[in-house]
Amino acid sequence: MLGTFTIGGVHPPGNKLSSEEKIQALPLPERVVIPLGQHRGAPATAIVAKGDVVKAGQLIAQADGFVSANVHSSVSGTVASVDGYIDASGFSCPAVTINVEGDIWLDGIDRSKKNECNIIQTKENILKLITDAGIVGMGGATFPTHVKLSPPAGSKVEVLIINGVECEPYLTSDHRVMLERAEDVLVGVQILMKVLGVNRAIIGVESNKKDAIERLQELTGRMLGIEVISMSVKYPQGSEKQLIKAAINRSVPSRALPIAVGVVVQNVSTALAVYEAVMKHKPLIERVVTVTGKSLKKPGNYLCRIGTPTSALIDAAGGLPEDTVKIIGGGPMMGRAMLDVNAPITKGSSGILLINTKEGTRKPSTTCIRCAKCVSACPMGLEPYLLMVYSEKGMFEGTERERIMDCMECGSCSFTCPANRPLLDYIRLGKARTGAIIKDRK
Amino acid sequence: MNTLTISPSPHIHSGDSIKKNMYGVLIALIPAFICSVIFFGVNAITLTLTSVISCVIFEYLIQKYLLKRQPTTVDGSALITGVLLAFNVPSNLPLWMIVVGALVAIGVAKMSFGGLGCNIFNPALVGRVFMLITFPVQMTTWPLPEAFAFTADVTTGATPLALLQEAFQTGRPVYEILSVDGIKAGLDYRDMLLGDKGGSIGEISALALLAGFGYMLLRKIITWHIPVSIFATVYVFAGILHLCEPTLYIDPVFHLLSGGLVLGAIFMATDYVTSPMCPKGMFLFGIGVGLLTVVIRLFGAYPEGMSFAILIMNAFVPLLNRYFKPQRFKK
Repeated sequence: MLGTFTIGGVHPPGNKLSSEEKIQALPLPERVVIPLGQHRGAPATAIVAKGDVVKAGQLIAQADGFVSANVHSSVSGTVASVDGYIDASGFSCPAVTINVEGDIWLDGIDRSKKNECNIIQTKENILKLITDAGIVGMGGATFPTHVKLSPPAGSKVEVLIINGVECEPYLTSDHRVMLERAEDVLVGVQILMKVLGVNRAIIGVESNKKDAIERLQELTGRMLGIEVISMSVKYPQGSEKQLIKAAINRSVPSRALPIAVGVVVQNVSTALAVYEAVMKHKPLIERVVTVTGKSLKKPGNYLCRIGTPTSALIDAAGGLPEDTVKIIGGGPMMGRAMLDVNAPITKGSSGILLINTKEGTRKPSTTCIRCAKCVSACPMGLEPYLLMVYSEKGMFEGTERERIMDCMECGSCSFTCPANRPLLDYIRLGKARTGAIIKDRK
Repeated sequence: MNTLTISPSPHIHSGDSIKKNMYGVLIALIPAFICSVIFFGVNAITLTLTSVISCVIFEYLIQKYLLKRQPTTVDGSALITGVLLAFNVPSNLPLWMIVVGALVAIGVAKMSFGGLGCNIFNPALVGRVFMLITFPVQMTTWPLPEAFAFTADVTTGATPLALLQEAFQTGRPVYEILSVDGIKAGLDYRDMLLGDKGGSIGEISALALLAGFGYMLLRKIITWHIPVSIFATVYVFAGILHLCEPTLYIDPVFHLLSGGLVLGAIFMATDYVTSPMCPKGMFLFGIGVGLLTVVIRLFGAYPEGMSFAILIMNAFVPLLNRYFKPQRFKK
């Protein structure tokens, strides 16, 4: 019997259309738009000006404070502008636009495919390399990795958990990374273990990625302290709290971080980026992105430079299908609908999903029949039906009492509701208001 | 160029719908319906049809002309109320009586509270209890089942539970009464399991009802919590009484297999709208139904207590929902 988390969860159809597609390098685009706020925390500050000539891998924006991340140029060329641009959701944000000229990389970056596994750097040095490389959580949360790797004084890390769950339907980028870059990922895991000073790491992978599990198990057989575990498929297992419960049966308290139970969680693609930063001196300037959708001609996994327009990826995968109604950045459960096909790929973009008319049309919502399916689906043990009513009626003392702030917006409730009620839409509204009220009180 | 839709996540849906769940319940009721036709003949069909048609028509008329809303009769909930109402009456009940019952069930218990999702009490049970109080004689004269006897003339007799009531009131040992009158009423446990016993249309075959339960669990229409806690409570409570005074209280298996217990536990107590939302609340709801059923059966004025027990516990649902929450992450 494979392990999984205990409270709630749903089983959306996997639709991993591109799981057999090898990672292909996407040709360089003509121009890239590199946002300076690709991470949680303060946007980085640009250190280049219009007209500057940059190389791939060159620092173009400096982290602004501790919870922030450096941004590097992903291409070589001339800086066209350092103004803002409108992001995928329609908000304006600062970005550097670079016209691509050739493909010249910064000296010192090792672009060979050779697996380097001799970790000679000191702990401090590794952390500095990771900080300099601008690495952020690549599963989608984009929290700066060096912050996660610097646990607050007094806390003790016992286990490193590597997130290879990829529980979002459709997405296969982590799957392909685990399969094709297994050796590199494992060196990344060892580097992370060294930084954290732990001798135990668990790589959690859902059982629908059998080949990746076998590959990793084959390689870790001889490694001390790294264990690969297969988990039964259930959404949202890739969420930190659920993954920790499934992997080592510990419960992270409400609104606390994994460090509270002695755990640090890192995504597999992040582990790969850490490997490249430490062993190859390569900053985070490219990533694997899944381009997928039921109507798409050639769903696939592409290695592309940060700042590449989404449209370039869609073109590579066979062009925008006629019946596309939504373009999602990320997976279908938690991804964001994009406003603009030219929005750039960022450090947190794990996938581009094209949703067709059939899948993307919401059915009209009807009255709640109190079937309690949302309650059984909620992985945080909340009552979505009740939170929706409170949010709708503006009863924010109720939303706070019923722990609306525990909601991680995984969408299991809306996905499940037989009456098609927009549960999460209202809960988000209530969460925003309740959060503001709590903040005001402090 | 495509026009893009911008909406918050999630961007996919399970495809589950109210209709699918309601028709799923109807499918789960089919085995019990077949059994009732085998044992009670044409009467079972005509009564069930009358009840279903009345419920649907009343719902349609009330929504359209009284509430002036878009009728939602297609969702299948009125069909279920109709079937369950018919399943809870003797097969020789005059047809006009069940029409009255349907009016009370749909009009009073469901629509006057605001329709599907808003009612506090199970509509079919409100209809049944209304008929029980208004037409006590007709509602408690059960024809004895006779397999494949499609005739209008039927012999009537007491149900197993009515015999039990008699034992309790007269003070005669239960087994004496059951062995004299019980043969007629069909008191072999095998017969009780299969359905060869006196009773209402849909409640006679525990096995057919359990098949429906299995189907609903497989399709994830309901969860196991409420039915299982009812069965366990009745078994334990009746079992303790039986151990204390075996001549006065019959063994718990009899309680489980007789009357509307299985029908009520599986199909009525699990009604979405009128049962609790969280597992802990569901357990307590089930325990309450189980205890009240045994208490009413043994010490009350009516031989059967399932309907009353469920309706009483329905009234506690808002409280149960308020005080019993799902398992959460510790603060």
